[in-house]
Amino acid sequence: MSVSRRRVRAIFRKELREYRRNRTIVTGMAILPLLFLVQPLVAVLNLGASASGGLAHEHELLYLLAIPALVSATLAAYSVVGERQQGTLEPVPGTPIRREEFLLGKALASFVPSVAISYAVYAFFLALVEIFAQPGIAPALLRVSDLLAQLVFTPLLAGWSIWVGIAISTRAGEVRVAQQLGVLASLPSVVVTSLIAFNVIRPSLIVALGGAAVLLVLNRLGWRITSAMFDRERLITGTR
Amino acid sequence: MIYLIRWLIGKLRRRTTSPAEPLVAVSGRDEPAVRARGERFVTPRKVAACDANRGAPALSALGLGKRFGDRVAFDDVSFEIGHGEVLGFLGPNGAGKTTTVRTLGTLIAPTSGSATVAGIPLTKDNGVEIRRRISIMPESPGLYLRLSVAENLECFADLYEAPNPGDRIDRALRAVNLADRASDACGSLSKGLRQRVALARALLSDPQVLFLDEPTAGLDPVATRDVHELIAELRRSGVTIFLTTHRLEEAERLCDRVAILNTTLRTIGRPDELRDRLFARTLTVRTLIPLPEPDVVFAGLPAVDGWRQDDACDYVLAVSDPDLAAHAVTRALVQAGADVLSIGESRHSLEDVYLELINEDEEARRR
Repeated sequence: MSVSRRRVRAIFRKELREYRRNRTIVTGMAILPLLFLVQPLVAVLNLGASASGGLAHEHELLYLLAIPALVSATLAAYSVVGERQQGTLEPVPGTPIRREEFLLGKALASFVPSVAISYAVYAFFLALVEIFAQPGIAPALLRVSDLLAQLVFTPLLAGWSIWVGIAISTRAGEVRVAQQLGVLASLPSVVVTSLIAFNVIRPSLIVALGGAAVLLVLNRLGWRITSAMFDRERLITGTR
Repeated sequence: MIYLIRWLIGKLRRRTTSPAEPLVAVSGRDEPAVRARGERFVTPRKVAACDANRGAPALSALGLGKRFGDRVAFDDVSFEIGHGEVLGFLGPNGAGKTTTVRTLGTLIAPTSGSATVAGIPLTKDNGVEIRRRISIMPESPGLYLRLSVAENLECFADLYEAPNPGDRIDRALRAVNLADRASDACGSLSKGLRQRVALARALLSDPQVLFLDEPTAGLDPVATRDVHELIAELRRSGVTIFLTTHRLEEAERLCDRVAILNTTLRTIGRPDELRDRLFARTLTVRTLIPLPEPDVVFAGLPAVDGWRQDDACDYVLAVSDPDLAAHAVTRALVQAGADVLSIGESRHSLEDVYLELINEDEEARRR
């Protein structure tokens, strides 16, 4: 099966334009990262210089990996059911677009802002820590391994949440229900990263590589499975 | 490196292919509004495709049906539509018209029968290929309301991979008289204007077969007339049009043939054919005073199959050839010394045909 880049780009661009002009989505995209930024920021900024020794064995910043998981799930959960509720779903499948292209366009439109926001929030967090934290705290927090984990796992987790979110969106009857279910379905990945962040699961290179490989496979499968779940007929007629 | 080379090859290929297919200029003579807009949505490619397929129907269905579980949406629908023909698809609410359009438009799969659309068999694997050659304007415009008119069309031009999308969009907008509203958000447009944007969207792909699901619903008379002119123009350009409508006068005016669907196809044919098929041809005679012996005047005429008195001075004669019968009846009336006010053929409208068939169905259901 060949994928038309132009058609994927058309959906991607259309989605981004719609997101930009949809106040609910913009607010949702802003609130979640803020919530996840404020709590660790307050905790880190309140640490004394003596705490830096303890931080060397913790991975608190991995907690921020919840941002790509949750933001992308919220966006993706809106994508199909949102169109269905607006009554805009019939004309697009009437064009030569394949469902894989349609869903890839939708997924990219959730992926790019989620990953961009996650990286931006992470960079903002690091900058604030560097400027305002007690001496010794910033070097203790900023480790190459954590930075790499953030860089690698942000897109992988976002991708996984997006496919779960879209899969829910193709089956849900209402945007709010889809978004709640999408967030709920992303919680396992948030729990795993939180357990690593709080040292319940000991992070190692093998755990990281294993996790990345699993997420890569899941992302690839996610596209195929979600495409198979995308029932054009049911979405248009509301039957079956 | 491989990706870079592929990208460069792709760029070069794009440059060497012709940027856009020129539109065939066809001068309209009797549609000033359309001529003023100067729009033609026929390209050499489409003309060639139509010529090549001239023998095969543009659209055909054989025993086509769709069920949703136990509910029959439509059943046993068979017809053929030639290239450049306009078929009016009529029927009451819930008759299965929209489901038929969606089925032929590959949006939903039929549960029985077969069909060819734009010369391609309607199968799951052919969906993309069929949708390249057709366009569907659904009942509800389904526009992205937060996007401008131009942005909506831009998206669809890309989905159809239309060459030279900017030009296509301009022409489509001019065709529906919306060139000056291109930058308006669709959400700010009236229902009628949204309908016109949806029509412009359907024209973007230069379709061989165009499905219009109630294109004039909610339009004012002027906008309706514009849409009618556009449909007539498209038909002249060789576009096959499948038009579902509730407006019988619209069907009568625009369509070469009409089909009446009420879950099953009740009838199909030219409007005058359907009238002849359903109603006996009649002459209506009106005299100044009642005829003293009408039986003597009418009964002996070979051109008259039967007669009845409708009113004191009105007589309805069943005839097989109204032109022939009119002469004979006139002569007979003059010989009888009658003061004839008028003799004319009774005209049944498409509405009469429609109501007759739908009422038959209703009565059959009640029985």
